[in-house]
This record gives sequence, structure tokens and C-alpha cells, in this order.
Amino acid sequence: MVATLVSGVAKEGSSLHVTNVTKDFAAKERTNLRTLALDGVSFSVAAGEFVSIIGPSACGKSTLLRLIAGLDFPNSGELHVGSEAITGANAERGLVFQDPNLFPWLTVRRNIRSGLVALGVAREKHHEVDEFIRLVGLEGFADVYPHHLSGGMAQRVALARALITHPKVLLLDEPLGALDAFTRMQVQDEVLRLWQARLTTMLLVTHDIDEAIYMSDRILIMTPRPGRIDRIISLDTERPRDRSHPDFLRLRSEILQLLDFGRR
Amino acid sequence: MKELADANEQAQASSVTKRSPGPQKRDERPAEKVPGGTLLAVPVAGVVALGLHLFTAANEPPAEALLYTYFLSGLLIATVLAAAIQPLWSGLRKWMRDTYPLIAAAVFFLIGWELVTSILHLLPLPYFPGPSGVLLSLVNDRAVLFDSTWHSLLLLLGGYSLGVAVGLISGICIGWFPHARYWGMPILKIVGPIPATAWIPLAMVLSPSAMFSAIGLIALAVWFPVTMLTASGISNTRASYLDVARTLGAGRVYLIFNVAIPAALPSIFIGLFMGLGASFLTLVAAETVGVKSGLGWYLSWAQGWAEYGKVYAALLIMAAFFSTIMTALFKVRDRVLAWQKGVIKW
Repeated sequence: MVATLVSGVAKEGSSLHVTNVTKDFAAKERTNLRTLALDGVSFSVAAGEFVSIIGPSACGKSTLLRLIAGLDFPNSGELHVGSEAITGANAERGLVFQDPNLFPWLTVRRNIRSGLVALGVAREKHHEVDEFIRLVGLEGFADVYPHHLSGGMAQRVALARALITHPKVLLLDEPLGALDAFTRMQVQDEVLRLWQARLTTMLLVTHDIDEAIYMSDRILIMTPRPGRIDRIISLDTERPRDRSHPDFLRLRSEILQLLDFGRR
Repeated sequence: MKELADANEQAQASSVTKRSPGPQKRDERPAEKVPGGTLLAVPVAGVVALGLHLFTAANEPPAEALLYTYFLSGLLIATVLAAAIQPLWSGLRKWMRDTYPLIAAAVFFLIGWELVTSILHLLPLPYFPGPSGVLLSLVNDRAVLFDSTWHSLLLLLGGYSLGVAVGLISGICIGWFPHARYWGMPILKIVGPIPATAWIPLAMVLSPSAMFSAIGLIALAVWFPVTMLTASGISNTRASYLDVARTLGAGRVYLIFNVAIPAALPSIFIGLFMGLGASFLTLVAAETVGVKSGLGWYLSWAQGWAEYGKVYAALLIMAAFFSTIMTALFKVRDRVLAWQKGVIKW
């Protein structure tokens, strides 16, 4: 499987280190009230590891991803990819949102190509565009505009667009949250396939406990107000995982318990 | 699977629309017969118009009367011919179904016009000549009218493209750079709303030639809406598009030219249309007061000699001229914004 996938060497990922990161926001305009979104968050992700972050809404998950992406900056603390400090957004860290955010004025092919254009390497890496279109199974749709695509297809284009620049870390901000249950499971397998082919370091933010258990090497559980990492769970079951295996279900109820949704 | 289901749904949806009656039905089946009423409307209107004209022709100057007779006869022959060959030509049938009612209405308008002017003399001369008088002016003065149209076109294109170029640049700067916004917005807010024609007295003093000042005035009239709507389009670019582009490795140039400007295009086109309307207005005004050529000049010159047939002839040419340019801009927009869902058709 791995060999048939995209050219380039597997193991593209880099380690990621988040050290004591704190971030606050103005709670209301024109007041001095600040909300603490992240309070001393620290964790590391190994190169090529798949890590999920779950937690209730407003626990600072998305804020954390924006900081790692370099789209926003922490009040204190440090963020590193490998040994390099993160100083701003670049193609090293790809980001996929819940809304695919495809550029509506570009066809599927040109959307996928846009990262190469932005980096000024579109000409020499032109062949990769077709490979990525094939990789996400959209051969017949290359010249279609995004408004013709279904949600699942659009999200696959967004994944291909984020991966074509060969990021060291791929940040996924609830990318499958808007898909129906069946499409979601299908795209989950596709994400795993892409990950296994490239060993890009993956950091997935999700609401879906099953998704986190199905996909991750480790799960970080966050608690809100202020956002903190409460617990880290390691999983070492072989993939593909059985969603109805007793271990799977036991872990599921354990996490629910931790998030305070278990039977009381 | 979802895609398959979607495709299925779409197929069902389209078959439903095909079956259901409604306004769309007309366009979907071009091979259909032209209704008898539609087919007859124009020839009947033509016969009535011709009969009425021949009835009154004796009272009119012979050159005028004869030309209009030719015009109506030509129209009648063409429509009868079209009706005769339409069973063999589906493209013509579609065109006839779409436009024949409108042509019939236009012929009835000519009938009404001739009735109230040449026949019943309800409107005072020389301000309201009949259709035959206007047609004669149009034909006799064709060389001058053509020349005027050409000069108007040059002036319009010069002023419009200058205004669009400057407007796009200032709009992009104001929309993107906070400093340009801080210093540019007050100028835009104060200078922009002044109608360009209000600058005519100043323009006459400042500029070396009337032509030059007219181009400047048209450019000014175009500049304001283009700048305003470009700036608002750029500054309203969805933040998530910019975020995505940054994580793809985009620098400032890519963000401006490959994200913000395409995202702003729908808004920019609204500015281009508003600017075009303003440019027509300013063109005619500038030609009426300073420039010694063009349709606006011809209009006021004909009015000066009380030749109202020529005034209406100039108005007719203007209608065709401006409408053609407007249509051209719509065509450009439809092509550039093909990626958008549901754009307004012209």
C-alpha cells in the first residue's frame, strides 16, 4: 500500500513540543477582563505520531491549534517543531478546518495546486497535483468548482491541498465534524491511509470520542476554563481498530467518565 | 457513497423539473412549435403600421414618407419570410419565441407614435416629430452620428480605463494596508460623493484641453465607486481563506493577488457597473459643455438648431451604444465569475 502512494519518502513528520503555553483573550471589548484560554499547556508529539485532543467546547482546543499553526501567538510559553521555534505560519504546518475553506474561485485541481503556487514550485512539482487528485479519489472532478462538491469530497480536496506541500505536522481542527456518520468513517480511513503513507505528524482536534480512539496513538483530554491538559491516554492496539471490540468500548466509557459524562 | 447519493438526487431533481410545467419549459425544448399568435403578431402589427403610414404619407414630406415606407415594408417582408422558414430552423424558432412578442410591442409603439404625432397632431412641433422624421434624420446624418459615436467611445474608454486602473489600485491599497485605509478613507469620504460634473468649472480652468479635462472627469466619476467597492471587498475577505493560505506557505503577494482580490471580485464588479453608469452620465455632460465632438455634443447642437428629429436620432444611438457597452461588461463578468453560484443575468 505504502509504496503505491505519493512519491517522496515516507516519514515526513517532525516532533512537536508545546511548553508551558498560556494564552488569554479580552473577554469583552473595552474592558480589562481577560479570559484565560490556555493555562500552562505542555505536551510533546513524537515525529510521525498521531495524537488527538478531545474536550468540551471552549476548552481552548482550536486556540491551541492556531498557536501551533503560527496564526496567533501565546502570551507566554514556547512552541517548537523539531528544534525550531514557531515564529509564524508557513507550509511546515498544514491546517484543515471543519469548513473545508476551499477557494471557490479555483477548480479542484487549482485548489490542490495552490500551496505549490504559493511556494513558487508549481512548475517543477506539477506532476504531484495529479497524484494527489488520484490519492483522494477525485479523478473525475479535477476541473469542477467547489460549489459542485459534496461535503466529503470538499474535505478530501482540503486534505490534499494541505498535504501537497509535505508539511511536517498536519493540524486537523474537527475536519470531519460536519460530515454524516458514514462519510465520516470513510474519510477517517482515508486520513489514516494518508498518514501511514507519509508518517506526517498528526494533531487532531475532535469532539468525537470514537474518532479519537479509532485513529490515535495518544489522546490528550482537555478541560475548559482555563484550558488545561487533564490526562493523556496511550493506545497501542493494532490498526485497523475494531469499533465494537470490548477494549474499544471500555476505553470509550473511561473517557466519558473523565469528561464527566459517564453514568453517575 | 454520499456522492453517488447526491448524483442520484440531482438526477431525480432534474427529471422532476423537466416534467413540471413552468417558465423554464420554454428554454428547455427548443424544437417546440412557435405559438400561432406569436407568429402572427409581428406581421399583423407591420401591416397595420404600413397601412396607417400610407394613409398619412400624402401629408408628409415625400423623402421622409418614402424612407419610412421602405423601412416598414422591409420589416414586414423579413417577418413574413422568417415565419415561412421557421419550421425548418429550430434556432430561429427559439429566437422567435423569445423575442417576437417584444418586437410586436415595439411595432405597436411605432403605430402609437405615428398616430399621436403625424396623424392626430396631438403633440407640438418641432419638439415631437413622427417616427418617419426621426428615421430620416438618422439616415441623413449617419456620417456625423458615426463620427460622434466614435469620439464618444474614445473618450469613454480613455476615462473609464483610467478611472478603473486608479480605482483598483487605490481600492486594493485602502482595503489591505491599515495605513492606506487611515489616510485614504477620509479623502474618499469627502471627495468621492461630489458628482464629477460639479468639477466642470474647475476642470475648464485647470486643464489644457477640453478633451483632457473630460477624460479626467470621467475617470474621477469612475474612480469613486470602483475604489469604494474594491476596498470593501478586499477588507471583507473571509479570514479563514487567508489563514488557510498562510498555512500553505503564502506570502503577502500571494495573499493579496491570489486570495484577497479573487475573493473581492464580486464586489469589484458591482463597483465597475456603478462606475460605468457614472461614466455615461459624465461623458454626456462633458460633451455638452466643453468637448466639440461626440454624441452629447451632437445632441446639444441639434437642440440648438431645434432639429428634434436629430435629437431623437442621437438618443436612439446612445441607447444602443450604452446598452452594448453594458452588455459587454456583463459578458466579461459572467466569464470571470463563472465559479459563483447564481449570478444575475443581464
